[in-house]
This record gives sequence, structure tokens and C-alpha cells, in this order.
Amino acid sequence: MDFSALNPVSLMVSLIIAATPILLAAVGELVVEKSGVLNLGVEGMMIIGAIAGFAISVETGNPWIGMLAAMFAGAILALIFGFMTQFLMSNQVATGLALTLFGLGMAALLGQSYTGMKPPSTPHLNIPVLSDLPVVGSILFSHDPMIYMSIALVTGVWYFLNRTRGGLVLRAVGENHDAAHSLGYNVVLIRMGAIAFGGACAGLGGAYLSLVRVPQWTEGMTAGAGWIALAIVVFASWKPWRLILGAYLFGGVTILQLNLQALGIGISAAYLSMTPYLITIIVMVIISADRRRASMNAPASLGRIFHASH
Amino acid sequence: MKKTLLEIKGLSKSYPGVKANDNISFTIQEGEIHALLGENGAGKSTLVKMIYGLVHPDEGDMLLHGEHYMPHKPSEARNLGVGMVFQHFSLFEALNVAENIILGMEETIPRAELNAKIIEVSNEYGLPLDPNRLIGDLSVGERQRVEIVRCLLQNPQLLIMDEPTSVLTPQEVEILFKTLRKLSSEGVAILYISHKLDEIKALCDHATVLRMGKVVDTCIPAEETARSMAEMMIGGELSMPTAREFTPGKTLLHLESLTLESLDPFGTSLANVSLELRAGEVMGVAGVAGNGQDELLLALSGERPTDAGMVKLSGVEIGGMGPTTRRALGLLAAPEERLGHAAAPDMSLKENAYLSARVRQGLTKSGFTLFGKRDDFAREIVEQFDVRTPGIDNAARSLSGGNLQKFVIGREVLQKPTVLVVNQPTWGVDAAAAADIREALRELAANGAAVLVISQDLDELMEMSDTFAVLAEGRMSEPRPAAGMTVEQIGLMMGGNLEESANA
Repeated sequence: MDFSALNPVSLMVSLIIAATPILLAAVGELVVEKSGVLNLGVEGMMIIGAIAGFAISVETGNPWIGMLAAMFAGAILALIFGFMTQFLMSNQVATGLALTLFGLGMAALLGQSYTGMKPPSTPHLNIPVLSDLPVVGSILFSHDPMIYMSIALVTGVWYFLNRTRGGLVLRAVGENHDAAHSLGYNVVLIRMGAIAFGGACAGLGGAYLSLVRVPQWTEGMTAGAGWIALAIVVFASWKPWRLILGAYLFGGVTILQLNLQALGIGISAAYLSMTPYLITIIVMVIISADRRRASMNAPASLGRIFHASH
Repeated sequence: MKKTLLEIKGLSKSYPGVKANDNISFTIQEGEIHALLGENGAGKSTLVKMIYGLVHPDEGDMLLHGEHYMPHKPSEARNLGVGMVFQHFSLFEALNVAENIILGMEETIPRAELNAKIIEVSNEYGLPLDPNRLIGDLSVGERQRVEIVRCLLQNPQLLIMDEPTSVLTPQEVEILFKTLRKLSSEGVAILYISHKLDEIKALCDHATVLRMGKVVDTCIPAEETARSMAEMMIGGELSMPTAREFTPGKTLLHLESLTLESLDPFGTSLANVSLELRAGEVMGVAGVAGNGQDELLLALSGERPTDAGMVKLSGVEIGGMGPTTRRALGLLAAPEERLGHAAAPDMSLKENAYLSARVRQGLTKSGFTLFGKRDDFAREIVEQFDVRTPGIDNAARSLSGGNLQKFVIGREVLQKPTVLVVNQPTWGVDAAAAADIREALRELAANGAAVLVISQDLDELMEMSDTFAVLAEGRMSEPRPAAGMTVEQIGLMMGGNLEESANA
């Protein structure tokens, strides 16, 4: 076996690319859960984003318009979820699962004529001198702009949640919706906003998959990325910075696994493909073993239905 | 001459099937402490929610300083100087004191400035607070301070307080009253809702009495007795339990050096609690909340097993047995927390009846539920204990606190226990319902059962107990006959001075 074929620099680069769609979807879901809503439809919103972004990019020839369309599509799907759970008081878990199934089916239908096409390419950052630096240049300074956007988004979400009044209100709604209501905050409106934001982020994550990472449209291409994003929110114990750690850890295991397969290691590929998910499960078990710590960060109203009492 | 602050003119509000408020009118003067009296469900909450902008009246008008006042949301009310402290606190446990206060304020103040202001205002009114502590780490009394300070920071002219003392220790009540009197002397009016008529007598200048959504009377509490006010509320004679001859029978429940580690990080462990409870006896256990009351109930109900010999029922060692076995043997318990501990909130009354009475009432046959028998038992509880509910299919959550408490106590009493343990039987229950509950418990004892009543309400314990003990820091005093005990003695015992009082 020749491990020298594993180039650490290109490994790092592909790790970051693999992690970004998950990170985008996870940061959106984090905001949703902080507002006290559990939307299990991330996978469905991602794949709708993937096909919407792909289709619009192909039609317009502009990947940025495609990504905007993906955000829009993800948000629309999320708002369907929001309408059902916030206004019709349907069960969040069941509705979220339905959203995933609906999204997968809908995307397959919409994407039939786009299979095998090539999307317009997304330009990469090219800063003179910096991008040409050895090692650091290719790891830090020559990605497509979306990578930097995703980090900026996490920073922005952290700032919003912890440093602004709006973020405080959102956390308060997720913590105790009855108390927030009695103080005069519009619980349903705030949650609808968070749900739409979560959908837009998931849609963008999906578009990143189909436009940059793969880049191609294939049916079911999210392949569980939405579920991983959900897991990473818990892994991060609802703290934005830890999302980056979680997403990159998962991205790292995925990429390593692919590379080991390529090297022809004598383990069945099925086992290797399992590893990222197995590791996610193991990490989650370790994290939630400390019940007190886990429950301290979890939004107390998560998944509970809010009825405005009179 | 004081000026009128708030004038309420003919407010009405209906909900499907019930007229919660019907043409309510009264006025509140500046600096006045005004009590709002009424049984559970008389419409007090609806009324104050209208004043605070959470609910909109169907009819009627309000004037604040002589100007039209009809807030559409709480923030409008707060802007106009009306603040409210809720019965179930509107606080967020995972957020700190300062964050909780910001959420209830309109303007945004820089954090450092706000922290300084919180410390200043809270000290000025004798309610010291640390802005950086998490609400989850605070005691109930401290949490209430947060609510009050939140209101005070906005310079209110009217402060609405919904049952502020039901969860406080006597010392905390004293501090609260001092604060309220200081506010009143500064011209702040207070609208005060409470079931504790003695408190209203001590604190309030005027009282408005509501019954079935209507104003039925007004009075000056200082000129009334607690009894006369209670009768205004219920609109009839209040039946008071009369003193009863007490001849103890044989020992039914025997605790021997009961020791139990508390699982709650803020709880108190039980240390060497010993007592003998005899047939026909009602024993009152007094004590400030958090001195081991919850742990005592858990050890007796069987939710926390102990060494077998520590708890004996009619001579049988039951310390290691679980709740179902204990129930079968005749030891029943009604915990304090009605929703979530004594009753499953989203299950119907008949299901809740089944959960506790399955074994003793024989509500199952070869593993199948006998629905008819179960429903009959639930109906019996509702009828005998005057539980006001549309039917036994209604969820426990839908009942008012007092009605659910009557259901919970009734459910246990009707199972004819040998020993019944109750924690805070009349917490948040109106005077008439509380009298009914106490009467039922005494009657149970009169018929030969033994009753252990854990409560923080001294008057209640003095009224219904034959013997009296105090739980302080997880240790229990020697039980003594209740007759002839003075409040001073009990006060000393509650402070943890068990030895001295035993010798007194």
C-alpha cells in the first residue's frame, strides 16, 4: 500500500469542500432549534435546494442566481413546514419527516431532464501572492467564495444569538414560549422567521453540493447530509462555533474514507462508507452521556407545540 | 387627596361557553394597594390580563390618569407604566438575570449600565440580585425578585401581582411586604391577587370581590375578618372544621431512622427521621420549603426505595417496595406538584383515576382494563368532591388548580387508604375548596386511617392537625400534640432549633 498517494494539502482542501454543505445546513437548523422548533426536514430542503440551484444555474448560466434560487426554494419548503406546525399545530417530528420524503420525491421529479448535465462553473478565489503560497495558499486562500461565506455565516449567527436583542428574544422563545408570549413577544412570527432562515441555509447547502462539490445532478445526491447536519447541531450542543468543528470532523472522516477506498485497502468499501456515520453516532453518545450538560444547552421548548392561551 | 390612577368601566369578556368577566367596574387610586379577591375561576386572571394587554375585552373601557387606556399588547401597557408579576413566573431558566430583565424592557440599555442599575434598584428595595447569575440556579424567592426588579426598572405607576406569596417562605413574604409598602408610599399603586386573606388584611387598603365574573362586593380588608371575606367570595357560609376528640389507635406507619440522600442538587437529604403515626391521627409536618419535604414524600410514596426496615406499615417492612406494592398494602400519597407528578397533564380524568386506583379499586381483570368500572370511579370522585369539569373525558391540564387538587385528593381518599400522605394539599386553592379538602382529610382520619400532611401553611396545619412536627434541614422534630402550641414555639422549631423546642 502506498500512503504517499495521500497528499495532506489536497486532503485538507477536499475536507473543507465536503464539510461546507453540512455546515450551511447545520447553522440554519441551529437557529431553528434555538427558537424551539425541531425541523427534521433538512434533508428534503437540501435536495430541493440542490435541484433548484442546479436547474436555475443551467438555465441562466449563472451559479450565483442558482444559489439564490436554492435559498428561496429551501425557504418555501420550510415555510410549508412552518405553516403546518405553527398554525395547524401538527406534530413537528412527523411533519419534518414528511418534508424530507416530499423533498426527495419532488426533487427527483424536477431533476429528470437535468441528469448528466454540467452546471456553469463557480469561480475560485485568486488573490495574487496569498493564493500562490505553498500549502497555506491552497488550504486557506484559493477556495470558492461560498466557503468563506459559510464561515462568515456561522460568525454572524453567533453574533446575532449572543450579542443582539433579536438573538436574545429568539433564544427566549426557544427556552420558554409561554413566558415569552406573556411578555408580549410574537412566538409564532419569530419561529416562522427562524424556520425560513433554516430552510434558506439548507437550500444553499444543497446547491453547494450540486454546483460545486460534485458538481452534477443525480437523484438522491444529498445521501444523508441533512441528517448529519441535524446530528451535528446536537454534537455542537447548540453552539455555533462547535458546528465548524463537527462539520469539519465529519468532512474529514468522509474524505479519509474515500481516499482509503481509492488506495484499495483490504476492507470492504461498505465498512469504510459506514465510518462517518458510525463515528457520528459514537460522538453523539459520548456527548449526551453527561445528561446535565447536554440538557443545559438544549432549548427547553424544543419540539413542543405552542398554544397561545388567553 | 389622592388622585385616581386607573378607572375600569364595564369590562366584559366571554370565552366559548363562559362569561369570564361581566361588566366589571372599579377604580384604583395612586399609591393604593388594592386587593382582587375571588375563588378559582372567578375571573381575576382574565381581568388583570386585560389591564396588562394580553387579552382584549369584548366591551367596556379603561381610563389611566383620566385618559383612554386600552393596551393592545403588554409592551404598550409597560410603556404607559403598568407592570405585572406573574403567578407562574415569566422567566427563562437558561438565561441570566440581566438577560431576563432586558427581555421585559422596551428600551435597550448597554449591558454594563443595566447591570449597575439592577444592583442599585434591587438594593434600594431590599431585594439584592446578582445580574450575572443564571435563573436556573436561583431560589423561588429570588426568581420573584427578578420579576419585581424587572417591573421597577421601568418606573411603573401600577404593579399587578398575581399570587405573589404562594411560593414564598414567611421571611420572604415579610421582605416582599416591606418592598410593596415602600412602593406604595412612593405613589405606586398595586393590584394584588391572593388567596391568603390574612395577608390581604395586613397589606391592602381596599378590596374588590369577584364571583362568577362579576363584582359582587367591595370592602376595606382591615375592617373585615378573614372569614367574612371568604364568605363574600363564595357567597355563602364557610364551613369550618370543628375541633375533634382525638383518641389515637394502634401505630399504622412507623419510620425508623429514615435516611435518604437527595438526588436534586438543590434538595435536602433526610437524616434519621423517626415517627409513629397512629390510627385516627392527622399529623402536620411544617417547615420552610426545601427542607426535605419532597424527599420525605418520595420515601413514603415508594418512588425512592430505602432500607426495608426504615419504613413500616402496620408492622410490615416496606422500605424497599415500590409505589404499586405500597398502594396495594394501603399506603397512598398525593404529591405537591399537581401537573406532572400527581396527575398526567394531557391524560383525561378517567385515565388519571385509573393510574392511581388500578390496584386498590380492582380496575383490571386478567390484564385488561375494566372501562365501566374505571369511569364509575372517576365519576364518583368528580361528584363526591365537587370537581368542576364538563366531564371525565377532559384532560387534567384543562382543570383549574383548585379543581384538579380536589380531584387528586378525592382520588386517594376514595381508595380508603390505611395511611395517606399529602404534600401541600391546598396550595393555590381558594378558601372554599381548601376547607372542603381539609374536611375530607379529617373525616378520613375520623374513620380510622392515619393522615400525614406536609405543608408550609402554618394556619392550615394548626387548623387540622392532632399532632405536629417540624422538618428542618432534613431532620424531624419530636411530634407533639398540636393543642396548646404557640406560633413562637413553631417558629423556633422551623428555624432548625429542634432540641430547644422539644425541651420547652
